[in-house]
Amino acid sequence: METEFTPWISLLGGVLIGLASTLLMLSVGRIMGATGILAGLVFPASKRDFAWRAAIVAGMVTGPLVVWLLSGEMPAVQVPVSTTMLLIGGLIVGFGVTFGGGCTSGHGVCGMARLSPRSIVATATFMLFTFATVFIVRHLLGM
Amino acid sequence: MRLFVIYLIGVVFGVGIAISGMANPAKVLNFFDVAGTWDPSLIFVMGGAVVTTFIGYKLVFGRTSPVFGGDFLLPINRSFDLPLIGGSALFGIGWGIAGFCPGGALPALGTGRWEVFAFTGALLVGVVLAKSLQTIRSRAGHGAI
Repeated sequence: METEFTPWISLLGGVLIGLASTLLMLSVGRIMGATGILAGLVFPASKRDFAWRAAIVAGMVTGPLVVWLLSGEMPAVQVPVSTTMLLIGGLIVGFGVTFGGGCTSGHGVCGMARLSPRSIVATATFMLFTFATVFIVRHLLGM
Repeated sequence: MRLFVIYLIGVVFGVGIAISGMANPAKVLNFFDVAGTWDPSLIFVMGGAVVTTFIGYKLVFGRTSPVFGGDFLLPINRSFDLPLIGGSALFGIGWGIAGFCPGGALPALGTGRWEVFAFTGALLVGVVLAKSLQTIRSRAGHGAI
């Protein structure tokens, strides 16, 4: 499935992601990492800790609705894989990000921006494995 | 007030993810499909996000503490260990199979699409299983694997 190359709107989206990461550090001193936020929501340290995580996830979920209100269109979610692959992939991602201590937002954006050596290694590792997996799934297995 | 500000920060993040294409598995997988239907858009997302955060953090860390009090909570682990490398490798494999990452999936829930709920449900099961395994191993005295 082809997708259109959208450098400007993707760049703007990236800047907004960076702005949100900066504002979260400025306001409450936390890393904008989806993995950490989610893990703390499932296993909250305290009521206060649960509250800010629930608030930020509620805000994230509102994002597409704001885009819909402003543009009249819901952001595209095209799923070119089977339900089985979604479920297996989700399970592996959940396992991986918990042991790896972060994902694209925590390691890939916030960690890289702090020039954290751990995050640079983590990001290089997962990007490499994602490239390899997509190649194997699409071109060797033909799925 | 504090929670409302955090909610709004979540909205900014969610809008950014939604317009960038990170919430769209077809676009994400095409970024990684250099040998096929390649779409390099995601390099602009990562570039924009990392550069903005780099500059933003430089300004923020000029302060002694966050606006709402407390301390800046930054990871202190400096080691390159098996969980970091192995976990990140697994994450890459899962991301390549499903096309969603956690930061892309959470905002995408707002589109109401069932596929996002299916992925996020499986993601949560994975997180809970991994956390349980970490707890069992640390109780057994192996330390965190």
